[in-house]
Amino acid sequence: MTYLVKPKLLWDVAPKNALGYTKRDYEGAISTLCAGCGHDSISAAVVQACFDLDIQPHRVAKLSGIGCSSKTPDYFLGNSHGFNTTHGRMPSVLTGAALANRDLIYLGISGDGDSASIGIGQFAHAMRHGVNMTYIVENNGVYGLTKGQFSATADKGSKSKRGVVNNDSPIDLVALALQLGASYVARSFSGDKEQLIPLIKGALRHHGPAFIDVLSPCVTFNNHAGSTKSYDYVREHNDAVNRLDFILPRDQISASYAPGSLRRVVQHDGSVLLLRKLDTDYDPSDRVGAMNHLQERHAIGEIVTGLLYVDSSGEDLHRHLNTVEKPLNQLGDAYLCPGSMALTALNASLR
Amino acid sequence: MKVTKPIQSSNDFVIKFANVNGSGSASANELFARAIMRMGVPVAPRNIFPSNIQGMPTWYEMRVSGAGWLGRRGGCDLMVAMNPQTWDRDIAEIAAGGYLFYDSTKTLPHSRFRDDITVLGIPLTEMCNREYTDPRQRQLFKNIMYVGALTALLDMELKAVEQLIADQYRGKDKLIGANVNALKLGYDEARKELPCPIGLRVERADGVGDKIFVNGNAACGLGAVYGGATVAAWYPITPSTSVIEAFTNYCRKYRTDPDNGMARYAILQAEDELASIGMVIGASWNGARAFTATSGPGISLMQEFFGLAYFAEVPAVIFNVQRGGPSTGMPTRTQQSDLISCAYASHGDTKHVMLFPEDPYECFTLGAQAFDLADRLQTPVFVLLDLDIGMNDCLCQPFDWDDQRRYDRGKVMTAEELEAGKNFGRYLDVDGDGIPYRTIPGTHPTKGAFFSRGTTRNAYAKYSEAGVDYVYNMERLRRKFETAKKLVPAPIVRRASHASRYGVIYYGSTSPAMAEAFALLEDQGVHVNTLRVRGFPFADEVIEFINEHDYVFVVEQNESGQLRMLLINEGEVDPKRLIRVLHYDGTPITAAFISGRIADALAEHKVTPIRKQVAS
Repeated sequence: MTYLVKPKLLWDVAPKNALGYTKRDYEGAISTLCAGCGHDSISAAVVQACFDLDIQPHRVAKLSGIGCSSKTPDYFLGNSHGFNTTHGRMPSVLTGAALANRDLIYLGISGDGDSASIGIGQFAHAMRHGVNMTYIVENNGVYGLTKGQFSATADKGSKSKRGVVNNDSPIDLVALALQLGASYVARSFSGDKEQLIPLIKGALRHHGPAFIDVLSPCVTFNNHAGSTKSYDYVREHNDAVNRLDFILPRDQISASYAPGSLRRVVQHDGSVLLLRKLDTDYDPSDRVGAMNHLQERHAIGEIVTGLLYVDSSGEDLHRHLNTVEKPLNQLGDAYLCPGSMALTALNASLR
Repeated sequence: MKVTKPIQSSNDFVIKFANVNGSGSASANELFARAIMRMGVPVAPRNIFPSNIQGMPTWYEMRVSGAGWLGRRGGCDLMVAMNPQTWDRDIAEIAAGGYLFYDSTKTLPHSRFRDDITVLGIPLTEMCNREYTDPRQRQLFKNIMYVGALTALLDMELKAVEQLIADQYRGKDKLIGANVNALKLGYDEARKELPCPIGLRVERADGVGDKIFVNGNAACGLGAVYGGATVAAWYPITPSTSVIEAFTNYCRKYRTDPDNGMARYAILQAEDELASIGMVIGASWNGARAFTATSGPGISLMQEFFGLAYFAEVPAVIFNVQRGGPSTGMPTRTQQSDLISCAYASHGDTKHVMLFPEDPYECFTLGAQAFDLADRLQTPVFVLLDLDIGMNDCLCQPFDWDDQRRYDRGKVMTAEELEAGKNFGRYLDVDGDGIPYRTIPGTHPTKGAFFSRGTTRNAYAKYSEAGVDYVYNMERLRRKFETAKKLVPAPIVRRASHASRYGVIYYGSTSPAMAEAFALLEDQGVHVNTLRVRGFPFADEVIEFINEHDYVFVVEQNESGQLRMLLINEGEVDPKRLIRVLHYDGTPITAAFISGRIADALAEHKVTPIRKQVAS
């Protein structure tokens, strides 16, 4: 992790958002990842998304596990509290944090080792609990920090840099998220910010468990011929079902689209997801259809990207638990402690 | 033939109920215990149950003690033998001169009984079959029937039992009538067919006063409500599950918003213990008071997270209801065998705060206090009770609460303080107590945010690999634990009637047996001073107590003497001066065991008891 401080040079000309913040206000420390790492593009996309959405940086809590991807929350949103937890256990810590204060925006950053191997249990249960969060997996199919071992998302038959062939079947986190009840499921590519930024914006404004699997090539250990997570391979096999335009309630919808190619989804908070269909048969409100589509395309070697599923009903864990509107961490003593009178009555019932 | 005189005793005996689990006997047995207490006579009941839901043997051991001794006594004066599976061992366990009560519906050969006990049989099954047609009623009312028979045999007040039934089923009049009817059937049959009363009697007394009858797990759940916990994350494990059940019930009762019925709490059953403690740490990091309840195997699973909370300095409260270990061990038996695994939980140099309640009252008070300590010290706090206190209803002083008391949220820097320019270093020791300030996420738009991590960092929470930063932090943590010594509940010392060079240290559920052993030893002219440890790290008084005695007995319910190890390690005490008194077969320790071991050891040390002076 970095101990470098980014110089705070500000230009008057730097564009400001509605809160008066520049993009620099959403940045963090200088990345210590390898030059060209896909993860840095994802960090940049997070910065852009938060800037565009006029999010108060301190209203975001960013949590991660352990690994290259989990280091990245240090590199964006320097004015947000962050928690770099233990390997594979970010989902439980995030769940607890979300229970304590329902008003913050929770951003979980993880990797394929962190979420598909050691943390697959916690990944699964956070999805099924319906935690209101944006969960991004920076997926490179490889363990970078420990120098190049296969992860559980590596495709069967793919080759490591040292020429070893992976014989294990891959875990598709998107398929799992769909099955486990995530209400916003997307896949993207770190090299495609046009696709990625709107997907992150949509996820941040989504109410409920939002999952984005971002293929993010490892330039050092997984960007060679024979890898199915290299820049070249992903570009060649990318099969986008749609392109998303994210529109805040206050914005005018100005762009014009060919009739029939557009799908409009209004989210719980009033924000609008405009989906330009690239695959005319694809329906992002059909969970089972999404799962089928994913499997069919995977069988012919294609990587499906785009917003694969969205359910904007606004279900989440707090609704299931019927918790009060005021964040639990802000309830005062008087709301928490029943006091001595209640004990007198209770004592009487215990005799 | 040798004739054994039947035992004669008033308000001082042990009744044991041998039942089949899942047969509904537990509530009938508890009713009987409460009936005795309604007559002002203290009772200490203990469930001895299997890790099973239906069909296995289970026992309910009830000590009746007019003197108010609540520890387990051992032995059995009256066996209520309702389980054919365990008949032979149950009969063998009755003391010479004791009594056997059984269901005489089926005739048993003479060889299945003993000559030196009084045999009392009534045909319970036959009576039930005559009276009831529903199989469930036949089973449940058989239990109430034997309660009726015992009421007659022990010369108890039938009215008191009837009143208790009326209180318990208030509002369900049908049940009151049916239960009272079954009670009377048993009572009348015993009066008609058996020599009532027998040598064991319950006589009305004034030994209960305003005491309440409750189990430690319920008291922990209540303590968490009063301590201000709003988030509980847990995974089911015996014997801790009922802590969460109690918390849930008390929250529904006391924490439901009266205006809209919404919950001022969040309780989540996690997928495992790792996730439970992860959620607790996440919630506490985010400024809520949060806890989990678990037992030994759960503690093992949570180790990595304990290290994170210790090093990143995040509060957490863990109720550990200890059971027999290692591994799955004896999941339904009691032990105090997790001290070491909690005290130094996780890899690297760690140390944790522990509290040791002695009974349900302290489960409540220390349980509530644990949340203040966790916030003040910004570290995990373990409340170590055990199955004996946790799952058995126990007489204890009534719960109380000072309405003037306010939660101590510890050093939390506010938005106003940050705005005013107060220096914030997340891991900076500003006043020498080793405890830094923290900020809660979302506090201020531009100030006070920091990145929590399990890696080394400097005083301003920036990642660092510099040895000097690491050492600063570790030394500060050591200072923090010096501060903790003064904040954990102080030990309780009891002096013998004569000056003594011998001391005894004990803790937790050993307390009632130790109080009785102290009295037994005093009666024998053996004098020892006692100290009950209530917290870890040890207050200075604990080590001073050891230093002022030549030898100190350390009484524990584990095999290796875990408190003794901690005393040697933390207090730099000469191991030779700490004598182990260890009981670890899974049953609660007894006064007879403690006093016997201490008297034997002192005899070896050639200590002559001081004879009591004859009263002039």
